[in-house]
Amino acid sequence: MNVQVKARPLPQPANQSKLATADCDIHPQRASDKDLHPFLEKRWIEHMQMFGSRPRQAYQSGPAYPKSQPFASRRDAWPPGGRPGSSLPFLREQLLDANNCVLGVLNATGDNGQSFQNRAFGAAVCHAMNEWLIAEWLEPEPRLKGSIVVPYEDAEAAVAEIERYAGDPRFVQVLMLNRTSEPPGQKRYWKVYEAAAAAGLPVGVHAFGFGGYPVSGGGWPSFYIEDMVGHAQSMQSFLTSMVVEGVFERFPSLRLVLIEAGFAWVPALAWRLDKLWHRLKAETPHLKRLPSEYIRESVWLTTQPMEEPANRAHVLDAIDWIGWDRLLFATDYPHWDYDDPSHVLPLPVPEAKRRGFFLENAVALYG
Amino acid sequence: MTAIERGGIDCDLHPAVPNLKALYPYLTDHWRDIAVQRGMSELNSIAYPANSPLTARPDWRPNGQPAGSDLDLVRKQALDPFGTSIAIANCLYGVQLLFSEDMGAAFARAVNDWMAKEWLDREPRLRASIVVPVQNPEMAVDEIERLAPDRRFVQVLLLVMGDMPLGKRHYWPIYAAAERHGLTVGIHAGSAYRHPVTPIGWPSYYTEDYAAQATGFQQALSSLICEGVFVKHPDLKVVLLESGFTWLPAHLWRLSKFWRGLRMEVPWLDRSPTEVVKTNVRLTIQPCDAPPDEAGLLKLLDHLESDELLLFATDYPHWQFDDDQVLPSGLPPALVRKIMIDNPKATYPRLS
Repeated sequence: MNVQVKARPLPQPANQSKLATADCDIHPQRASDKDLHPFLEKRWIEHMQMFGSRPRQAYQSGPAYPKSQPFASRRDAWPPGGRPGSSLPFLREQLLDANNCVLGVLNATGDNGQSFQNRAFGAAVCHAMNEWLIAEWLEPEPRLKGSIVVPYEDAEAAVAEIERYAGDPRFVQVLMLNRTSEPPGQKRYWKVYEAAAAAGLPVGVHAFGFGGYPVSGGGWPSFYIEDMVGHAQSMQSFLTSMVVEGVFERFPSLRLVLIEAGFAWVPALAWRLDKLWHRLKAETPHLKRLPSEYIRESVWLTTQPMEEPANRAHVLDAIDWIGWDRLLFATDYPHWDYDDPSHVLPLPVPEAKRRGFFLENAVALYG
Repeated sequence: MTAIERGGIDCDLHPAVPNLKALYPYLTDHWRDIAVQRGMSELNSIAYPANSPLTARPDWRPNGQPAGSDLDLVRKQALDPFGTSIAIANCLYGVQLLFSEDMGAAFARAVNDWMAKEWLDREPRLRASIVVPVQNPEMAVDEIERLAPDRRFVQVLLLVMGDMPLGKRHYWPIYAAAERHGLTVGIHAGSAYRHPVTPIGWPSYYTEDYAAQATGFQQALSSLICEGVFVKHPDLKVVLLESGFTWLPAHLWRLSKFWRGLRMEVPWLDRSPTEVVKTNVRLTIQPCDAPPDEAGLLKLLDHLESDELLLFATDYPHWQFDDDQVLPSGLPPALVRKIMIDNPKATYPRLS
């Protein structure tokens, strides 16, 4: 969390005695918009310069909930001369080598086109993000794999983007953001899931995004802390929509990864949905099984930010309820609420669970 | 099943306004004329569609009348079978959903006077919550002041989702008035539908709407705690009604962790949110979205870290349980007594 260490020891080189890890949420960041120019038509470069991104939020740059620190990043994650997450050599040394990370999944979430009000412009930027990922990150560093940035609000454009990279081993996932503009289980998004399932790619849903609605059903809260905590509620709504609309019934091979929204809320949500299904199933005849069964079978969760109960053993109960094979370790590098693999598990756990948590679940999912 | 303890205090029971006309005797001439001339519809919220299974248990539906609208049936179905000594009536007639502050105030007043006359005067086991025109906090305070001398009103009732998150300073006069008069603030499931119930738009299914009530509670709780309502009003008790409670531990783990990382943003908040809940927040036991096994439920109760948080409630006439199984299986007897008697008494100053 937000602790400033004055004399942080230099990152250690890859230490093979350390358990290898997969890091399922790493955020690469462009140094400036110019990085995308090689992959954008002239029209869109000019548009970007003239009008900016215009996501569904108030400010031209930066959120109306100011972050806790610049770019929401660790104080020590600034590479010489650049912004956090913008330098591959620095990230290699500080993250991949230090954590003995053998598989890192890149989620390029910042200003990536997905929530732009102008959807044609957004689709062009999504595509540019993918080309930039290949050129700057995936080609030079084989430990890193990409998530395809897709303009999911325009399902046809998203499908085109998925089909463009289907079968490309450099990409292991389709990326969406949590705050869709309508409930994501609704029909207008189905083509995205169909295309992802057909390509054999999980759909990763990352916290954040700008759908235009307040994070709470009771309006806009005042504080960044509420917005951050609210990702868990927003993700509950996302998962509820996917289950209740029958997306998993329709696309049984779809695999859904919920990223950076916590995980300990899953059991209580599943119990609630099961109980409601018993009571209200007249409304949802398209559901053939208990909601909890769809969740158990089709949903994975990244671990960061780990919930931290006062009695830290309690979080292990939550993992028992979810299933140890469904959690994917993630650091969220370079962000301030980074989880360190050497501290993240509160108590010793048996070797098989530990290996699944840090590495093997991710390898089984992403290959 | 778990045996109940007789003499319990039912903290969430729903007498229903049978129809708008029933309020006419409690409206001024002006507002009665308005209701007639404008052809006003019933103020029944979409939060409980009339014929949805959850809205009323099949054996609790009287013929042709809204469930909960008949006092004799309430006695027979909700009070007598559970040996209830006191039940708190929370009227869900949707006066808070109106856009006009003036109309909201007029109808809230009518609902409260109707409640006093038609229910409290006739059944000594009943207490009630004050319905307030939350559209305008000054008017809400006026209504609290008007009714506070009647000790049968024990609580101020709010819906969990309205115009703004409930912790906002805008609403603080309501909390000050409640604390001043020894009233708790009861926050009930439901929305004014000013915003979609989810952060990702209007859901297709009622199932999602009801599921979203729990997330609405999580966020209302974040708001109340982070804005500092309990720092300003340390004696205020907030009761979450029909909220579910099994989501609470995971929510507090997350909220308390972020508080440790971000407390510079809310410097007045001098205790962990988990500790604030232990002193100031209570939750009713229905609905109980519990693990399928008793051992799981016991683990969950352990995660709550306190045996003082839960309050007995039938949520009558909503269909949350069958037969007399109002308590989930596996509760130890000592906890049953806390939930049914000790905790409600400690929560409601006007019941102690």
